[in-house]
Amino acid sequence: MSTAANNPVEGSLTLVVERVFPHPPEKLWRALTESPLVAQWMMNNDFEAVPGHKFQFRADPMPNWNGIVDCEVLVVDPQKRLSYNWGVGNAESGMQWVVALTLTPADGGTRLRMEQSGFSPDQKGAHQGASYGWKRFFGGLEKLMGEME
Amino acid sequence: MVLSVKPANAHFVFRALADPTRRAIFEQLSRQGEQTVHALTRHAGVSQPAVSKHLTVLKRARLVQHRREGRETHYRAQPDALTPMVDWLRDYGAFWRDRFDRLETLLERMKP
Repeated sequence: MSTAANNPVEGSLTLVVERVFPHPPEKLWRALTESPLVAQWMMNNDFEAVPGHKFQFRADPMPNWNGIVDCEVLVVDPQKRLSYNWGVGNAESGMQWVVALTLTPADGGTRLRMEQSGFSPDQKGAHQGASYGWKRFFGGLEKLMGEME
Repeated sequence: MVLSVKPANAHFVFRALADPTRRAIFEQLSRQGEQTVHALTRHAGVSQPAVSKHLTVLKRARLVQHRREGRETHYRAQPDALTPMVDWLRDYGAFWRDRFDRLETLLERMKP
């Protein structure tokens, strides 16, 4: 559960996956934004690197999932940051996330950081909001689960 | 494809726990065992009606159970209800790591 963390979107639940690729940012950016290349590592798609563009990722349907991810491009900052909405399931019981991919120069290549976040607090002004983040929640439960075993 | 989503269950658990006060109440119950609404209110720092409202949302997500004893209602946590959320984090974590593996392979094949 080390991948659960607090994130720039205050109080939202965030999954973080990071890796340094031994390639320049220009090349990584192409793989993240050219639809045929994206299809080779992500899923089939009609992605375009244009803010506001609505697109889908499509995979084979499986139990509990029709294989479709509904997306909308939010941020296109060439070779630095790409972000899109990520929606699965229907309106009542589906889930809406934001995926943000950030590129930064790293020793011997480029660091790619993927943050998938959602479920920010639905009430503003709750005082504990800032201090009682998801990270602390999971930290507390992890300890608890450890004690139970 | 390692990705498996169980939207129906996970959705309610995520939404119930999106609120920091509800997270705090749930963790309090997980740590301290069964508690009355009064005891929870003292700890939560919000009014009793607010705590009751939060408990209703937690109950709907099956994160807590209650029993009545005299005038008091006692609540206790159902940690098993967290499973869809823990599964989600595990599955999506595995999904992205798998995609990053494939991205690495693609980058090696691409011309510089």
